[in-house]
Amino acid sequence: MSTDTQFDLWEVFIQSKSGLPYMHAGSVHASDNKMALQNARDIYTRRGEGTSIWVMPSKYIVASNPDDNDMLFDPANDKAYRHPTFYTMPEGAKNI
Amino acid sequence: MHNEHSDTHFQLRIDNGEHIEAKDYMPENYRKHLIRQMSQHAHSEVIGMQPEGNWITRAPSLRAKQILLAKIQDEGGHGLYLYSAVETLGVSRSELIEQLQSGKAKYSSIFNYPALNWADIGAIGWLVDGAAIVNQVSLQRTSYGPYSRGMVRICKEESFHQRQGYEIMAKMMAGTKDQQAMAQDAMNRWWWPSLMMFGPHDTNSPHSSDAVKWKIKRETNDELRQKFIDKTIPQAELIGLVVPDKNIKLNDNTGHYTISKINWDEFNRVISGHGPCNKQRINHHIKYHNEGEWVREAAIAFKKKHTKKELETV
Amino acid sequence: MNIQEATHTYTLRLGDNALILGHRLSELCSKGPILEEDLALTNISLDMIGRAQALLKYAAETEMLGKTEDDLAYRRPENHYYNNLIIEQPNGDFAHIIARQLFVSVFEFLFYTELEKSKDTTLAAIASKTIKEIKYHMQHAADWTLRLGDGTVESHKRMQKAVNDLWMYTGEFFEMDNLDTFLLHQHIAVDTNSLKLEWHKYIKTALNDATLNVPEDSFMQTGSKKGIHTENLGHILSEMQYLQRAYPDAKW
Repeated sequence: MSTDTQFDLWEVFIQSKSGLPYMHAGSVHASDNKMALQNARDIYTRRGEGTSIWVMPSKYIVASNPDDNDMLFDPANDKAYRHPTFYTMPEGAKNI
Repeated sequence: MHNEHSDTHFQLRIDNGEHIEAKDYMPENYRKHLIRQMSQHAHSEVIGMQPEGNWITRAPSLRAKQILLAKIQDEGGHGLYLYSAVETLGVSRSELIEQLQSGKAKYSSIFNYPALNWADIGAIGWLVDGAAIVNQVSLQRTSYGPYSRGMVRICKEESFHQRQGYEIMAKMMAGTKDQQAMAQDAMNRWWWPSLMMFGPHDTNSPHSSDAVKWKIKRETNDELRQKFIDKTIPQAELIGLVVPDKNIKLNDNTGHYTISKINWDEFNRVISGHGPCNKQRINHHIKYHNEGEWVREAAIAFKKKHTKKELETV
Repeated sequence: MNIQEATHTYTLRLGDNALILGHRLSELCSKGPILEEDLALTNISLDMIGRAQALLKYAAETEMLGKTEDDLAYRRPENHYYNNLIIEQPNGDFAHIIARQLFVSVFEFLFYTELEKSKDTTLAAIASKTIKEIKYHMQHAADWTLRLGDGTVESHKRMQKAVNDLWMYTGEFFEMDNLDTFLLHQHIAVDTNSLKLEWHKYIKTALNDATLNVPEDSFMQTGSKKGIHTENLGHILSEMQYLQRAYPDAKW
């Protein structure tokens, strides 16, 4: 048996309630879109964990390289002016 | 400039309690160890579907039938979560299946024992899942991210498994003489193999020290085994089951139970292929895998023909 | 015959269909063609056994002999079981499993949609819940029918054979006996005869889309409403009922 017949790998994202973010739940194997959705539902929502499912073939996920972490994420750490706590408000100021 | 692709830096991250993710630098042995441990864990879940599956069609009530089916379905699901986690390390599920079927990869020795009466279903849920829970709760804090997240999911689902098993044992012990005899018989056969599930004593465990250093394993075999013994013996006594060990003693100072010596000959025999069900379990897996080949090929062929047009939703 | 007795038997028939097919699907645990499908099939099985439990509970209530759903499931002999013949056929290969599921789910979808309008509020409520489950079963079966019918040469051959083998059991879906007609007049039962055309349309579309042929109509097997079954049911029950029969005084 030389060919891999376990189907492609898909990543599964579940939204537990409308309004909330989609969270990565894990992966499933499937050969087409419908199967991927059904499998995701059967594997990851048996206990009412979700009201919406996204599935995506794993090969289409583009991930950042951990080697680039300092370049990607460190520069954001010294820009305190992006946070509201950076600013001093006059005493007694309301609704701001 | 600190070399982030070094074993030193890696160990620093581990010691700091950081999680390692799929694309992070990791020593080759760490990666190999994880693949072996996670895939064996996955294989165990899938093979474990068989002894319990033996009683689905004979489950003695509609409620019991549904519960057992749901439990086994969970085991299959756990196998799936774990295979998913292994695949993040670049091994395909096809490869893993081949390793299982060829005997290259192992699975938990406990599933090489037969499920002979309905009480075995109780014993498996209570003792085997009980032992698994002790191990799995500990693994929730394992250093590899995908494994840790998989374990958190699994632990959430596992606690009903143990309750299901204990409920069956309790009901039978409160039932007819025949039921009590069945329950005690199951206890006699599953107690020692459950203790062996935690693996050899720490002094005899070849992979243990790396696993602990890399925080793959958070507690040792003996520590986990003791936890299991301490919580399970009172549960047995509560429902009138006799633990098949004349030397059980509770140390009032430590709160720990001491037990007889474990028969490691049996463990080694079973794990090297000579248990009652080793061949049967693998043959079953191979049989249905092969029987399913034409189905999988059909799905792939269909997809190829219809790549442009996706199936419409009803 | 009074309404209560008739409702009891009517409900028993529905319960038996759910129970025996749920049981057949449960046999597939750890035997699926791929792990995900193993879970999918057992999910369907769980839906059905749950439905069986609800229906048999109601059947026990309407019988008024103090029985439970388990008494009905585990202590009745073959000739007091009323599931359709297609339900008890052996699983066979995956093509047979899917063909059976297709035929049954499409019928059940149409049937329970009508039963939701029943004057019997218990049956109507069960129908409401059931429809949601059946939609999923139907979709699952239809999707696999496409994959197998229009997959490889081998899968096409197997699927066509399965469709041909099971065709003779599909007539039973639409039979109306005196009991059905009586309850229909009470606005409790469904006129299954009226579902025939719609069912055929669905099935023809599903099969043709999958490049499969609809078999020629031939003699339709019958007998289940009278408790006359194929040899299969006896084996199913001897396995299913074993513990309760071997230990009649025990509670499980």
